[in-house]
Amino acid sequence: MTALQHVKLGTYYVVALPEADDFDFWRERARALVQCEVPPDRIAWVEPGGSGSLFSHGDRRLPVPPADAPPVRASKAFVSLAKSAICHSDPERFALLYRLLWRLQANPRLLEDGADTEVRRLDELARTVRRDIHKMRAFVRFRLVESEDEEAGEHYVAWFEPEHHILRTNAGFFVRRFANMKWSILTPKGSLHWDGNVLEEGPPAQRSDAPQGDPTEDLWRKYYASIFNPARLKIGAMLKEMPRKYWKNMPEAVLIPELVAGAQSRESQMVAAGALEFDERPETLEAIDKAIHACRKCPIGSLDNHAVMGEGPKDAALMIVGEQPGDQEDLAGRPFVGPAGQLLDWHLERAGIDRRSAYVTNAVKHFKFVQRGKRRLHQSPTAKEIDTCRWWVESERQIVQPRLILAMGASAARGMLGKTVSISKARGAPIPLEDGSELWVTAHPSYLLRLDGAAQEEQSRLFDADLAAVKARLAELAG
Amino acid sequence: MRTYKEQMGTQTTIEKLEILADAAKYDASCASSGTSKRNSTGGKGIGSTEGMGICHAYAPDGRCISLLKILLTNHCVFDCHYCVNRKSSNVRRARFTPQEVVDLTLSFYRRNYIEGLFLSSGIVKSSNHTMEQLVEVARMLREEHDFRGYIHLKTIPEADPELVHQAGLYADRVSINVELPTDAGLTRLAPDKNARQIEGAMGKLKSDIVEAKDNRKRFRHAPRFAPAGQSTQMIVGADAATDADIVGKASRLYDSFRLRRVYYSAFSPIPDASAVLPLKRPPLIREHRLYQSDWLMRFYGYQPSEVMQATEADGNLPLDIDPKLAWALKFRERFPVDVNRASKEQLLRVPGLGVRAVGRILASRRHRTMRLEDVAKLTVSIAKVRPFIVTADWRPVLLTDRADLRALLAPKQEQLELFAA
Repeated sequence: MTALQHVKLGTYYVVALPEADDFDFWRERARALVQCEVPPDRIAWVEPGGSGSLFSHGDRRLPVPPADAPPVRASKAFVSLAKSAICHSDPERFALLYRLLWRLQANPRLLEDGADTEVRRLDELARTVRRDIHKMRAFVRFRLVESEDEEAGEHYVAWFEPEHHILRTNAGFFVRRFANMKWSILTPKGSLHWDGNVLEEGPPAQRSDAPQGDPTEDLWRKYYASIFNPARLKIGAMLKEMPRKYWKNMPEAVLIPELVAGAQSRESQMVAAGALEFDERPETLEAIDKAIHACRKCPIGSLDNHAVMGEGPKDAALMIVGEQPGDQEDLAGRPFVGPAGQLLDWHLERAGIDRRSAYVTNAVKHFKFVQRGKRRLHQSPTAKEIDTCRWWVESERQIVQPRLILAMGASAARGMLGKTVSISKARGAPIPLEDGSELWVTAHPSYLLRLDGAAQEEQSRLFDADLAAVKARLAELAG
Repeated sequence: MRTYKEQMGTQTTIEKLEILADAAKYDASCASSGTSKRNSTGGKGIGSTEGMGICHAYAPDGRCISLLKILLTNHCVFDCHYCVNRKSSNVRRARFTPQEVVDLTLSFYRRNYIEGLFLSSGIVKSSNHTMEQLVEVARMLREEHDFRGYIHLKTIPEADPELVHQAGLYADRVSINVELPTDAGLTRLAPDKNARQIEGAMGKLKSDIVEAKDNRKRFRHAPRFAPAGQSTQMIVGADAATDADIVGKASRLYDSFRLRRVYYSAFSPIPDASAVLPLKRPPLIREHRLYQSDWLMRFYGYQPSEVMQATEADGNLPLDIDPKLAWALKFRERFPVDVNRASKEQLLRVPGLGVRAVGRILASRRHRTMRLEDVAKLTVSIAKVRPFIVTADWRPVLLTDRADLRALLAPKQEQLELFAA
């Protein structure tokens, strides 16, 4: 007796599945139907809630396979893809799986043929489901529900809208990850509840059943907005991985429109904050003098002060650079006229250097101070301010073209080198500069003014030694 | 006026988060994959890793958000020109305590926002002090909270090797940035950093990783050490290094230190930039082409020298076409490839055929003689593939020799509207 004799001629069979994702049930029925040689076009597979197909009035009593029916064969690859594909929401999936199972009996390696239309469709279903599973793992957002009852502890609840029947398949992931947390995931297709020990399935839920917010979301949104780099807007790449359909249940997604809209201006602000839009380099010292009075590239320029220009011969072999004008220099409009200037003059004279033959200037052109009552107290410029002002000192250097530059103090050294060096390490030897000149570094005279006793004597001696070395080197350079 | 200390003390967590996440936004890497599998069953805390990392959100810059990526502090005693946190920068500063980072990580993780933590830091006080703080955060997470999620620590090459070693015991992945593709660039832009020191620290990490793997084979309970390996990042476009320089550097790093990944980060304009840097960002597509070439070396069997062959006269990869197509156009004599007979290696060289498509072609051709329409079913765009293959019913007639092949295959340039506003 062949199996076909169990099948009534012209009969259509209807298989009603108890659950939309019940692979085991499908497998059992499909196996029996194959053994009874029921061709694919004679079966209607109906999932719960699904409307019947054309022949939903078919026979619900399935044929019983004969005892000697050959076993049904399916490759491992098929079983694993079918387990995923059955979670898809396409009502045709059961029929597709049956057709493939049917064909597998004649061709056990059918799944290898990627160019086969039905194999490709299976692949596509499985891939879509895997993606949906992955997106659920990614985009579920728990919200903390504070319970009145302290015994109950913290309860985390999420609302999610999966596209396919993946809730049950995905439960294990959340159990493994949040094993010691009490949580619930509510979806329109059913719900999951984990109390720390047992997982329970519940009925479909509505969005209003889930909590509406969580205080931590403000922090999360702040993080989301801050980690985004407006200089690299790539909306397409974002949408590809996080399509709009997910946005409504993700607290951070409300920020996207304003982040996108504001990106360009934020980028140009970033650039503008970094940019120092200097024009062409001035060609004369007079032009620099005029320009520095109008310079507002850094906050110092905006204080109530005047710019102080360097002074000395336009072709001086020696350039002496200090930090910035002080209170008296600011009032006089000339560099090194205050107490530190007088001390400098005294030491220069002792070293035999004529100050009038040198070009004397500052690394920073404006006086930085804080007002204390009637007094304006000196403030050190920041590295950024020195770097900004470097443009002007460089312009002076280009015109004067000194053979040797004496930088007094760390700020002046930074103004020449663009990086901070230690005076004690850098002093006493020339540092070659890119334009062929050489830089000598020493302490700032105002440092000497603040010392007394032995320390003052020691530092004065070092200062004199530096000046003497400069004097000797100048003579050498003059040849 | 409030003193500096007072000002710091009154910053709220949300203000600090804003500053310290903003400071981390230039870092390209965010991967949370490739570590050992674990979950929180039987433990006291939370967290799991299942091999594949999960991107929990995407920012409008297209980059995934997988980890809480922040700095412990953006104070820094270093003065690297390309870095927004350098000493001479005027950015707002903030500092998290290790406890604050731990709390943030756990409360984000519990709500399923993240896979874990990616912690980096500016150098405060000293390299060792900073490294100690980074390790302390990881220790608290692992030991006090039994956290089993992902931890990526950026380690500091200048720190004591013993501290760096501790980082590897707590973290899934450790990384050290090489920062710039050439030593000259590093010397010029990062005066406080030293290429030899960076590579020395990478070498030490590599041997620690190898040793720990070896021990695991022999003793089941030997401690894990950075199971997700080490990675690095370099900045592209801040100096004059060419793509050939960059690819060469990357491949040397892969070989010498067995890095899991080399990340490329297109230099982006930073607020308060140093005057030695370009103000304009390099085209983001350049970064993309470098990742594509990285891919060619890691999955398609290209040698670094072959990727370099794809560069143009200036040493850079073409921006209008991908490096695989650029290579194929230069070596047209290798094409067309017969889809029904060619080896896997040959098929992998065909522009437009990915690793997946090649796998499917190899499986399918056991069942049928491939025709053009069969190949079309397995690839994204048959138009791109067609000039380079032969099938049962298709042979490109002189197409691979056409002088304008590149123009035919390159994406169409957008026609600008003459009267557009």
